[in-house]
Parts: sequence; structure tokens; C-alpha cells
Amino acid sequence: MTVAADPGADPGVDPKSELISGRGSVGDVVFRGLAVIAATLIMVALAAVFIFLGIEGIPGFSVDEQHYAGQGSFLGLVVPLLFATMYAAVLALIVAVPFSVAIALFISHYAPRRIATPVAYVIDLLAAVPSVVFGLWGAVVLGPYLVPTHAWLSENMAWLPFFDGQPSGNGRTLFTAAIVLAVMILPIITSICREVFAQTPRLHEEAALALGATRWEMVRYAVFPYARSGMVSAVMLGLGRALGETMAIAMIVSPKVLISLFIIGTNNPQTIAAHIAQGYKESTPDRLSVLIATGLVLFAFTFLVNALARWIVARGRAK
Amino acid sequence: MSIQVKDASIFYGDFKAVEDVSMSIKPKSVTAFIGPSGCGKSTFLRTLNRMHEVIPGAYVEGKIQIAGQDIYGPNVDPVAVRRKVGMVFQRPNPFPTMSIYDNVLAGNKLNSKRIKKSEADSIVEGALRGANLWNEVKDRLGKPGMGLSGGQQQRLCIARAIAVQPEVLLMDEPCSALDPISTAAIEDLIHELKSDYTIVIVTHNMQQAARVSDDTGFFNLKAAGQPGHLVEFNPTKQMFTKPDNPDTEAYISGRFG
Repeated sequence: MTVAADPGADPGVDPKSELISGRGSVGDVVFRGLAVIAATLIMVALAAVFIFLGIEGIPGFSVDEQHYAGQGSFLGLVVPLLFATMYAAVLALIVAVPFSVAIALFISHYAPRRIATPVAYVIDLLAAVPSVVFGLWGAVVLGPYLVPTHAWLSENMAWLPFFDGQPSGNGRTLFTAAIVLAVMILPIITSICREVFAQTPRLHEEAALALGATRWEMVRYAVFPYARSGMVSAVMLGLGRALGETMAIAMIVSPKVLISLFIIGTNNPQTIAAHIAQGYKESTPDRLSVLIATGLVLFAFTFLVNALARWIVARGRAK
Repeated sequence: MSIQVKDASIFYGDFKAVEDVSMSIKPKSVTAFIGPSGCGKSTFLRTLNRMHEVIPGAYVEGKIQIAGQDIYGPNVDPVAVRRKVGMVFQRPNPFPTMSIYDNVLAGNKLNSKRIKKSEADSIVEGALRGANLWNEVKDRLGKPGMGLSGGQQQRLCIARAIAVQPEVLLMDEPCSALDPISTAAIEDLIHELKSDYTIVIVTHNMQQAARVSDDTGFFNLKAAGQPGHLVEFNPTKQMFTKPDNPDTEAYISGRFG
């Protein structure tokens, strides 16, 4: 700190002294205020959503049974929906995670920089495609394209419960939807993984290389252990996105409220988000409160998944 | 294993970092490189196990032979070179998620080699004894390597490097992050390791070079922005008493650098 001290000046408190200058602190006060307001607002918004879902949704737990889409009770409706939500998201993760990690590694550790930068850019662009477009593409292009795949799976892989049954003739199945969902969550997983991979300390990478590790062994010894908790957060964020994703499922599959592992047939399990999107326009107040109640369940569930993710990440750090 | 270097120049892209180094390093001896910062001694050290190639665009001209084999020959795999030429870094770098035991075995487990438990135990004990660390850690081999002190971590890294039985051990300022007592422990260790390995060490500390090495190479820059070069390479005794080159004498007597 530099203090412009004039030795001849009054040794008492000089109002012009830089030590008590008020000019810099205006910016501090403004910025501090903005930061506090922003942080408060987001908490208020979250609370408001929760309160809305609670007030509007709780009556939905116990309305006349005709409003539960033929399932008889709220539990009868929400359990299959929740199952389908989770199921579709997990299927999407199974497809997306290996691809994402591989692409992220390619960008951070394998590709020369002049290739890595454009690839990273294109992957990020994928996140900017509106989900309606993905839904359309899935229903109109990818679904029909995958019809032979459906037939093949049903013929040759029927020993797995996922493929045991009559395949769909138009490809508009949970199988197709899961692939579209995977494409949609791939950018976020890829870009977070890429960031953490790129932050691996040089020293650890060199430790492995100097021992005679190949590139892949170096990745296993130095990059993955370092990136583990970051990868968990990336996957959980992808899962969060897949859980709430509506359009891909709503536009591609012809849904039924049911619990079934079978993913290549004409009747597919319905997810909460798609169920709400398809139902709320023509609903009565009672039906609407049932839909909002399912939304409340989805909210609580997503919240739990995120809390779990944070717990896993924190535990990983503590070690 | 002797190391023969002839007219080696090192480039980072268009930038020539080190120019025309020639030297002959005797087997089972300690060779020290000294010189001011940025003179290319670490860079040169890294070309002896092709670690400089980690930086994109880096390449070497000239000839570097280890035990008569050109390590830059057309069919030579840098991975194989690094298995023969171990390296210890400026800052200790044990693998943070691994136990002491697994750290020592890390190199042996590469190449998906399977090792029997009894064999693994004896490798770990041998390497840790070789690195003068066994008595300090034998009761906590399952604990993380990061829990050790800096000096112990550096000896763990040396144990890890010698566990794969390399022929040459490169040390890039291995004591620069350590306190004097840990430094003394590493220097004692270097004396002992000399009977089994050819050791090349870069150091900023001239007393250290004088204490541990048999031969010394002095690197310098002609001017800022110019490539570094080898000024003099001679037995350490001669370097520190009557060097051939006046620049060496000036550096060693503390008149610059």
C-alpha cells in the first residue's frame, strides 16, 4: 500500500488521507449490495416455487379418483411416473456418460490443440439446440431410422427384459427417446469433464509418464483420480437435466402410465415432465392440482438427487 | 549404463532452447548440471528420457545414446525409454489417491502386469529400503503417500522410480523444495544409489553439486534470448578447483549467477 505522507502535515487525522478515502468504498458497497440481493433473490425464487407447488399441489394428493388418469390413487399414478422418469434418465446416462468422458478426454489430452478447440466448440453448440428441435428430430428422423435396430434387438437380445417383446413399428419408443436425451445431456457432461481433466496438475501427469506410462495409463493414474469428484458432479448435473427434460419424451414416445422395463414397444412408460406437458391444457382444476402434485414430487426428487451428488462429491474431497 | 550425447540441440517449435551439447556420462557415477536459471539444464535433462516431448512442438536434433542405443532412433518408443530412465522431480509428486504401498508399485503395475502378492511385497520393501524410507513407513504402508513429510515424499518418489529397476536415474533439482535435514538425507541416498544406477542431477546449489557428483557440467546463456549451451564438462574436483573456462570460475566463485 502506498500512502502519500507529507512529513510537514498535521500528524492528526487528515481527511484527505488515502487511508480513510471514501471513494473506493462506494463501489464496494454497491457491489456488495448487488451480490447480496442476487443471492437472496435466487433463494426467494426457489422458496416461491416450492410454496407454489405445495399450495397448489397438496390438494392433488386426495381428489376424486377419476382424476388420476385411471390409476385410482395418487400413489398409483406417481409411482409409475417417477419410475419412468428415473428409468429414462438412467438409460440416457448409460449412453451419454461413456461418450462424454471419451470426448472430454479427446479434447483435453489426445487431440492436438487446433482440432480440440473446434471440437469443444461444436459440443458446446449442441447445448444451444432447443429441446423441441431435438424432439422433432427424434420423432421424425431418428425413430424411423432405428426401426431395424428395434427389430434386431427384439430378435437377438430378447433374453434381456429391456428387449423382450413385440418391437415398435415406427421407432417412437423409450429406446429412441433415451438416445435423444443422451445427446441433450452430453454437452454439459462433456464440458464439465473437459474442464476438470484439463486442470489435472502437470506434476501428477509427469509422475506417471516418467514411470513409463502410456497415455491411457497416465489418464488412469493421474487424470481420473484427480477428476473423480468433478466427474460425479458432471454426471449428476446431466442426470438432473435428464430428469426434468420434457420435450424429447413428450414428442417421441406414445406414452402410457405403466411400470415396465421393456423399452422398444409401442407402449412406453410416461415420465412426470412429459405427463404434465401433455395433460395440463385440457385439465379441470382437480386434474391440474394432481399434475402440480406430480410436479412437486419431481421437484423433491431432483432436489434429493442433487443433495446426494453434493454429498458424494464432498465425501470424495474429504479423503 | 553410459550416456553419450553428441551435438544435441533442443527446440520448442521455432525457439532453440539449448545448442550443441556433447558429453559422455560415465556409468554408475553421479553427474551434476549447474548453471543459472533458464540456461536449459533441466530441459537438457528431460531429453535424456524424452520427457520434454510432453510439451507439444518440442524436438531434439543430434544424437543421444544410452548404453550404445540411440534413444531417438526411428523405432524407439518413448514409453520404453522412460521405463529404463527413471526421473525424480523438483517437487515431490506421489500419486495423491494412492497408499504408500501402491505408490511404490505404480510403475511395476503399468503395462497391466500382474504381480504376485509376495513378489509385490518384496519389491515394495526393497525399493523403500533402497530409498532409506522403509524404517519410517513400514508400519503404515496402507496410508496415503501424501500424509508423509516433504522429504519423505521425495524419498517415496525415489523408491517409486527405483522399484522398476531403471538403468539411469534423472533428478531435476530434487532438493529444491526440501529443508536442509531432508536434503542431507537425499544426498546420502544419492551416494548409496550410485553403486547401482547412473545418476544425473540438476541442481541450483553448487555445494550440493560439489558434495554429490563425480562429474559436473556447467550450462550458461551467451545472452538473454540466446540458446543455452554447455560451457564446460569436467570431473567435479577439477571444476571446483581449477576449471578450464573463466566463465565457470566466475560462476562458481559467485561472481555472477
